[in-house]
Amino acid sequence: MSPTARSQILDGIRRSLHRGELSGAARQAAEARLGAPPRGPAVARGQLPPAERTVLFRQWAEFNNATVVRAAPSEVAAEVAAYLARNNLPAEAAMAPSPQLDAYDWAGQPMLSLRRGAARGSDHVSITGAFAGIAETGTLVMASGPDHPVSLNLLPDTHIVVLREADIVGGYEEVWAKLRQRYGKDRMPRTVNTITGPSRTGDIEQAIELGAHGPRRLHIVIVGE
Amino acid sequence: MQSTAHDFKHNVDDALADPNLQDSLSKLKVGFSERRRQAAERLPEFEALRDAARDIKNHALANLDFYLEEFERKVAGLGGHVHWAPTAADARRIIADLCRSVGAKTVAKSKSMVSEEIALNDHLEALGIAPIETDLGEYIIQLRHEPPSHIIAPAVHLTKDQVADTFLEHHRALGFTKRLTERNDLVAEARHVLREKFLKADVGLTGANFLVAETGSSMLVTNEGNADLSNTLPRMHIVLASIEKVIPTLEDAAVLLRVLARSATGQESSSYTTLNTGPKRPDDLDGPSQYHVVILDNGRSSVLGTKMQDMLRCIRCGACMNHCPVYGAIGGHAYGWVYPGPIGAVLTPQLIGVEEAGNLPNASTFCGRCESVCPVRIPLPNLMRHWREREFERHLTPRAVRQGLALWSFAARRPKLYRRLSGLANRLLALFGRAHGHYRTLPLAGGWTRFRDLPAPPAGGTFHAQWARHGGARTRP
Repeated sequence: MSPTARSQILDGIRRSLHRGELSGAARQAAEARLGAPPRGPAVARGQLPPAERTVLFRQWAEFNNATVVRAAPSEVAAEVAAYLARNNLPAEAAMAPSPQLDAYDWAGQPMLSLRRGAARGSDHVSITGAFAGIAETGTLVMASGPDHPVSLNLLPDTHIVVLREADIVGGYEEVWAKLRQRYGKDRMPRTVNTITGPSRTGDIEQAIELGAHGPRRLHIVIVGE
Repeated sequence: MQSTAHDFKHNVDDALADPNLQDSLSKLKVGFSERRRQAAERLPEFEALRDAARDIKNHALANLDFYLEEFERKVAGLGGHVHWAPTAADARRIIADLCRSVGAKTVAKSKSMVSEEIALNDHLEALGIAPIETDLGEYIIQLRHEPPSHIIAPAVHLTKDQVADTFLEHHRALGFTKRLTERNDLVAEARHVLREKFLKADVGLTGANFLVAETGSSMLVTNEGNADLSNTLPRMHIVLASIEKVIPTLEDAAVLLRVLARSATGQESSSYTTLNTGPKRPDDLDGPSQYHVVILDNGRSSVLGTKMQDMLRCIRCGACMNHCPVYGAIGGHAYGWVYPGPIGAVLTPQLIGVEEAGNLPNASTFCGRCESVCPVRIPLPNLMRHWREREFERHLTPRAVRQGLALWSFAARRPKLYRRLSGLANRLLALFGRAHGHYRTLPLAGGWTRFRDLPAPPAGGTFHAQWARHGGARTRP
């Protein structure tokens, strides 16, 4: 990195703004903003009690072409197997190596073949958890890590997500708070994917087609307690 | 890319005479703009969010050096690298060096307007590195060797049949010998072809919608998922972003995201919004081992602190062009460079010079639709007016226009003469035109009557005459 290029840009900015390095009250205000970020205008539809959040999450996820079911923890594995059968999909999946997912009753589905790890180009189906769900737009939030490889969100044709009902929040701001709490604001995960419905494109005559590069199908299993 | 903005008038003639383009543009009027209206209506807080979005960007621009340094510090803290590029040439060199450092043969690219601005693809190709555009629209136009015609829908000027012909020509060698007729089949074929390329790419290059200073994250918004494959599968991720993309916090991003997707495509949210922060962690199972952010200035810093600073608020949603009657008539290529539509008419003279692109801001009726839909409330007509003044000052305006303006201003400053002349013109026009109610041709007005009739003036004389007759006030308020 060339220090001259860096100072060329930064000094150019300061010259245009008719000041030197940011200082005094303006600097304090900017530092305070980073330390305690102010929220923008509240979006009313995201401010709901937990039970209504799930309904809203489901409504917007379906609006955005995802499919959503509810299941008890003991039913998750059976629901996944049934979903694959209903859609004539192979009973094989790449699954995120997460303790949350391991706790479900996969042994009760002997026909379902699971491989734990990152996705390969040949995988048709992936199963992952989710860090959070955003009710405001029916959006899933995925935080990368050893228990959640990013490629599982993207490479397979069909992505099945097991979302704990308790992890559904109102809006983005609550997700940021949850991320800071879990990781610390200086140690964000490598990737945070927010996913709203399956992959799509409108690049041919503005008509929406699903499954451009990422999954064609996004199936969300909401797990209650 | 080589600009043809100086040839704007000629480009416009070509665009108006292109039936495929006109067919594609006719869909624009009922597509994006109608969907945006519905999305805005579904969110009661939309207007308040636009105000907040404007204020966030203004704050970021006023403190731009501070937030850029903070961003750099956070990126470095997680093992990433920030590179500073004052000019387009600097950015090209930095990216080429990074690609060569890992012996890259192919680069999987996710749509980046800044990469178009710096003509990155030509540069990489000349060095024997193959850039592969992976956004479907960008991929189509890369095959056709065309520039994008829209900042979020680069192939919006093409019909399905043109895409089918392009795929048949280029995919035949890969074993796809059937000409497709359905959109979903075209999408599936591109997915298949590009998937192979993703898996082999050495470097993934993406743009960024925002750089978040608080966390050192680059934020990307897409619908296809191509950007996320680009930043996950190859071993090096390069982000190319211009200086004004930096914003303070994730909370600020939340506000901007709420107006971005709705303004762009009328979606509640785009399918994928991704925060990338640094390279793969030691225990991650996938992701790139290197993360680089190239920050480009290319003349932007000189706009700060001037009347034109507002243009740097732009979040590249494309709403201004979706709602522009001029863009709707001529499409994006006529503008002759990277950024079309109203924002292009404002950015292009700044980035490549008023001598080259001074005519673009003249292509506006100042109807104001662009400003009325801009999510960050950029006063686009005012900025275009500014460029018209600069063009006039520099004597770049054609002589006939200057002389016409001089004559008009001579008369306009002499009210009695003006009234006498306009009354005479009105009577003459009425005398010869009233029988038909319009003129099909008229001396000195060929530019108008070549495409439409000029209405004859209604009975009753000039506006001044009618005003006086109806007892209107003659004194200034």
